[in-house]
Amino acid sequence: MTVPLDYYIILSAFLFAIGTIGVLVSRNMIIMFMAIEIMLNAGNLALIAFSRYLRIMDGHVFVFLVMTVAAAEAGVGLAIIIAIFRNRESVNADFLNLMKW
Amino acid sequence: MFDYLYIVPLLPLLGFVINGIFRTRLSKGVVQTLAVGSVGLSFVFSVILFFKLLGLEPEHRLVEQVLFSWIPVGSLNLDIAFLLDPLSSVMIMVVSCVGFIIHVYSIGYMAHDPGIKRFFIYMNLFMFSMLTLVMSNNLILLFIGWEGVGLCSYLLIAFWFDKKSATDAGNKAFIVNRIGDFGFLLGGFIIFWAAGTFQFTELQHIAPEAFVFGGGLVTAATLLLLFGATGKSAQIPLYIWLPDAMEGPTPVSALIHAATMVTAGVYMLVRLNFLFLMAPTTMLVTAVIGCVTAFVAATIGLAQNDIKRVLAYSTISQLGYMMMACGVAAFTAGIFHLMTHAFFKALLFLGSGSVIHALSAEQDMRRMGGLKKSLPITYKTFLVGTLAITGIPLFSGFFSKDEILWKSFSSGHGHIIFWLVGVITAALTAFYMFRLLYLTFFGEGRYDRQTAEHIHESPKVMTMPLIILAVLSFVGGWVGIPHVLRGGAWFEKFLEPVMAHIPLSGHEVHHSSSLEYALMAITFVLVLVSIYLAYYLYRKNIDKVTSLRQSMEGLYRIILNKYYVDEFYGATIVRPVVNGSIFLWKIIDVFLIDGIANGLARLVGDMSETFRRMQTGYVRAYMTVFVVGAVVVIGFLVVR
Repeated sequence: MTVPLDYYIILSAFLFAIGTIGVLVSRNMIIMFMAIEIMLNAGNLALIAFSRYLRIMDGHVFVFLVMTVAAAEAGVGLAIIIAIFRNRESVNADFLNLMKW
Repeated sequence: MFDYLYIVPLLPLLGFVINGIFRTRLSKGVVQTLAVGSVGLSFVFSVILFFKLLGLEPEHRLVEQVLFSWIPVGSLNLDIAFLLDPLSSVMIMVVSCVGFIIHVYSIGYMAHDPGIKRFFIYMNLFMFSMLTLVMSNNLILLFIGWEGVGLCSYLLIAFWFDKKSATDAGNKAFIVNRIGDFGFLLGGFIIFWAAGTFQFTELQHIAPEAFVFGGGLVTAATLLLLFGATGKSAQIPLYIWLPDAMEGPTPVSALIHAATMVTAGVYMLVRLNFLFLMAPTTMLVTAVIGCVTAFVAATIGLAQNDIKRVLAYSTISQLGYMMMACGVAAFTAGIFHLMTHAFFKALLFLGSGSVIHALSAEQDMRRMGGLKKSLPITYKTFLVGTLAITGIPLFSGFFSKDEILWKSFSSGHGHIIFWLVGVITAALTAFYMFRLLYLTFFGEGRYDRQTAEHIHESPKVMTMPLIILAVLSFVGGWVGIPHVLRGGAWFEKFLEPVMAHIPLSGHEVHHSSSLEYALMAITFVLVLVSIYLAYYLYRKNIDKVTSLRQSMEGLYRIILNKYYVDEFYGATIVRPVVNGSIFLWKIIDVFLIDGIANGLARLVGDMSETFRRMQTGYVRAYMTVFVVGAVVVIGFLVVR
């Protein structure tokens, strides 16, 4: 018995929503970062599900690509966060509001 | 030899370029030598070319030299090309001859002027432009010369640029000329549109097919060209600049505003005679303009007190004669008078320059008088000029003026009214010229003691040109003695090949020679009477002048103020234009256009001020907007 596609999609949607809300709600940049990772993986899950459902391998390729990008993004992002922390002793996103009018 | 046509205008151009570039390094003497020498050589070349031309058969007397193609665009092919035919040959001889004499005279007249180098540079540029004008083989090159002489006229009128009146006069001359030039250009464009060429010889061939005789197109084109000519040749309605142009140095008045440049309009009319003959309406307008101008200018000349202004109005009047001649299809007579006028009017101007020179720059005839003794050479030559312009038999003016008067009566385009006005004008001319002569050279000196001590005859370099011009003014008319006076009318025959033969509808009237004698006699008698009148009023009973003046107070005032034409133009044209310009400046430009530009800038600025508040700088705020936006877009796509 296979799990129907709907389940995967609904799970993926939930994960994405959780990620989004996480980004919007949290002030801690590390948490925001993790929420973004959840969103990316929600996308990955949907891609894998479709790929399996349609019996083509293209989805896997996309997933690998997304994972690579996510890894790179994590590296760069964490480096930036560390640099900010060294400067400001804080990772609260609301304190970083200099880029305004 | 005919391969070297371009040398004639090139020489003054070289003088202009060399003097212009090395002005500061060359000494005064070198500049003078170059300037005068180049014009002198031009004259020599013109004479050689003239005799070469004479050596050809009359029907082959037309030489063209194409130097290079200037603007080849589609069907328009403009060449820098020169044309030598009897007409341009006569013109270049007159221009370079009178030009050379006046250049020599200028050495003496301008000797003490600090700007003498600049003067000669401008003069050379003028000679180049004028020679280009008369030698060009197409209308556009002619127009370049036309504009060139206009520019030089402006530069030389405003030569003493620290004098406000001089710069104003320069501006006036330039602007009024520009108005005429506009007509010239439009006329030229019509011709090109209809005939597809600017070249005179081609045009002459094409004209009968391209234009309908007396048609609207040719009439419009010639009327516009005529308007251009009225600007350059100082005819009604655009004559007003010439009297003011007397602000320039006297040699300039002699060269540009008497002998050469102002005749450019007449030359253009004669050059395009085949077109004008196709438009009888234009011919009539030309004749009327010339006739009225001759008369009006002569009457104004009666009451002027500035010696140069009298001569200026006399020039306008004489140009009116030439115009009238063109209008009655007596183009040769027009050119004939152009030539003799160049001699005697240059002489008169140079003579007046000599007087002004002697009297320490005094130009008012009321403060002259009795100069006969102290300036013998100037007096004698001036007398010759006066006799020539009044038309005393044997003097040059007699033959040319009489030719015009006779043609204005006898030609198919003529009318007895033209003749009558012409004769009255001749009488007026005699009056004002002898008035000038008596006021200047006879009677008692009316100048102050200081001036009186400085009176001296001009140096040789100034008197020699006067003498040469006096001789030319005397004999200059002999080339065109009419058949009726046992002459050969050689001049007319020489110019014959240039003239088109387009008979007016209707038959030519033949007049007996006894009638011609009679008309000649009437003119002569009237001239003698008015000379006597001038003698009576200004020599014998000078106190009568005042009482006469008082008895005709109103008329005198009108004439003295030149019929208030300047005031009329000022009120009807200049003032509205100035007011309109102020309106455009203050309302349209500053308020409207600047207002729109500045208003737009302020609007954008204000909007930015408002919208930039949206940039809060909070990452989460951006995220929220982003998510909401994404949801809306996706929602829209899904729901649709």
